[in-house]
Amino acid sequence: MNFVYERFLGGKSGAIAIGVLALLILVVLPLALDLFRLNLVGKYLTYAFAAVSLVLLWGYGGILSLGQGIFFGLGGYAMAMFLKLEASDPESTSIQTTPGIPDFMDWNQLTELPWFWIPFESFTFTLIAILLVPSIFAFIIGYSMFKRRVGGVYFAIITQVIAVILTVLIVGQQGFTGGINGITDLRTLNGWDIRADSSKYILYFINAILLLGVIMVSKFILTSKLGQLLLAMKDKEDRVRFSGYDVSNFKIFVFCVSAVIAAIGGAMFTLQVGFMSPSFVGIVPSIEMVIFAAVGGRMSLVGVVYGTLLVNYGKTAFSETFPELWLFLMGGLFIAVVMFFPNGLAGIYNKYAPKVKFLKPLFDKPVQSEKKSATKIESEATTEGAK
Amino acid sequence: MGEYSIQELTSILAMQGFAGFSLFSVLLLMALGLAIIFGQMGVINMAHGEFMAMGAYTTYLLSVVTETYFPAFMDYYFLLAILVSFLVAGLFGYITEFVLIRHLYKRPLDTLLATWGLSLIMQQSFRSIFGAREVSPALPDWLMGSWMPTETIFIPINGMFVLGLTALVTLGVFLLMYRSSWGLNVRATTQNRVMSGAVGINTKQVDRLTFALGCGIAGIAGAAFTTIASTGPTSGSLYIVDTFMVVVFGGAASLFGTIASAFTIAQAQSILEFFISGSMAKVFTLLALVIILMMRPEGLFSIKVRK
Repeated sequence: MNFVYERFLGGKSGAIAIGVLALLILVVLPLALDLFRLNLVGKYLTYAFAAVSLVLLWGYGGILSLGQGIFFGLGGYAMAMFLKLEASDPESTSIQTTPGIPDFMDWNQLTELPWFWIPFESFTFTLIAILLVPSIFAFIIGYSMFKRRVGGVYFAIITQVIAVILTVLIVGQQGFTGGINGITDLRTLNGWDIRADSSKYILYFINAILLLGVIMVSKFILTSKLGQLLLAMKDKEDRVRFSGYDVSNFKIFVFCVSAVIAAIGGAMFTLQVGFMSPSFVGIVPSIEMVIFAAVGGRMSLVGVVYGTLLVNYGKTAFSETFPELWLFLMGGLFIAVVMFFPNGLAGIYNKYAPKVKFLKPLFDKPVQSEKKSATKIESEATTEGAK
Repeated sequence: MGEYSIQELTSILAMQGFAGFSLFSVLLLMALGLAIIFGQMGVINMAHGEFMAMGAYTTYLLSVVTETYFPAFMDYYFLLAILVSFLVAGLFGYITEFVLIRHLYKRPLDTLLATWGLSLIMQQSFRSIFGAREVSPALPDWLMGSWMPTETIFIPINGMFVLGLTALVTLGVFLLMYRSSWGLNVRATTQNRVMSGAVGINTKQVDRLTFALGCGIAGIAGAAFTTIASTGPTSGSLYIVDTFMVVVFGGAASLFGTIASAFTIAQAQSILEFFISGSMAKVFTLLALVIILMMRPEGLFSIKVRK
């Protein structure tokens, strides 16, 4: 029990943070919001998976991926392909030229299911694919880049280009992928109607619990030796290498883990929102995911969830009332976070909350932890500057 | 390809090749600016495309002003517009460096986020000021029409003009960076900031002017861009990824590499575009680049450094 407490929750302050988050997303929000809003929150929480994955990769690993949308999209598309095949059984598609294939294929004069769609008729395969396809993809990218010691800025740009390639490919190959509209009109999961009110509640809770699970697993990784090595690599990569560790393997591993986490988010997105489209794959969503992480605090697994919720809430609220202002605000937010709050919301909380009397007992060693994070930022700055 | 005769095929190659030259010109102008900012200074300027759009909108504004108040000068305004675009984008770049970039030199990944934020703000400003619709300036007559070396080949004049402009700017950048004492200061600062400071180079001012110069060249790219396509608020962002690829593929700090890689990428894309769909041409070009970069991360040409 103590092991779980220390490693999965991260001690006293970690346990409290996760507890509060669990209380918020499992109890408070479902009670306070109507189904429509709750569904929206559920959608935002799927982005939080990507943000959590970036904490591992970027916050601790120091590897900025501008392609988390790739993995979010791969997971989402895998799930969407399964649901689409289930929705296009021969009876409901009997008006098509070729019944039994998804409608957009029929519109694009395809007469049979492409080979890579066929395995997605199986739910088990789909679940495995959601986890495996992104990690294989991440492994290939990571292996070829980290083994050659490509990192930092170049890694960011190349992942971004891969996100562009994937988007252009999805949009261009309309007959196979549904094109710019994506895969829409998804109805049932193994016969269970995902659009009914009750299933929306259930999916929300599955999603929330999965998110908490992912956060705890990530915490476990970060409190392990691997987590310490990651931090060490971020600060002084060469020293870790000279100590005899194979730096690239750790980077590849954490990149694969982050890919899987983002993919789970994508799959849950498809289930809750009912469609998947290339607009969740490309540059813009990928950078937005980085922003969620930056606003929440790139070093805080729990903080990024709040960051994601806050930014998305702002986006929805503003684009409803002042669509013009939103981009100004978003742009300003990017700049402000980077320039003034490099540790995001979590950084602000860690800095000021220990000074508030009644919050003090929540922290393990408040003064020291603050100092630590300050030096972290500083040392990060110097190493990156030196490269 | 059986349905084309040899003559037709050569004409197609020549014309697609020339279309590639137009793309090459814009890409190279964009990339020259970015190569200075990213290659020399190490700043990832995601707003670079918006500086180009700024130049394009400046040209548009000037064309409107000239058309309304000085219709007699319509033939010459474009030359002025190139200069003004350079100055406007450069000035804005100077301010940006002062307000934003100089605080972030030690955190290159963070400059990426901050400049992305800047690009959002600039895009929305363009949209608020000029509207979401694409605009194009009225071009002077001498830029219109095309030159026909044979009966089947049409070479647009504006394309040739842009190509010439690109050659001039490239030459200018070369002279400035490699043949002037200021260029020496820039290269010294990027290689070793502390030492450069110690020998009396005002590194902060060098940074500011270098960034401004890079943005200014993006402004020229914008002016050139107006001759071959219309400008919208997001025009710049369409080119940003390609531009980064040009710079990275060419080898970040090499001028010759930048030219060679802009040429390769533009030609590959526009020749492929004729035979397969535009989107697939882009996919293949980018994919080939990514694979080459994975095998040769330092790009085509690079200065040998000890790591």
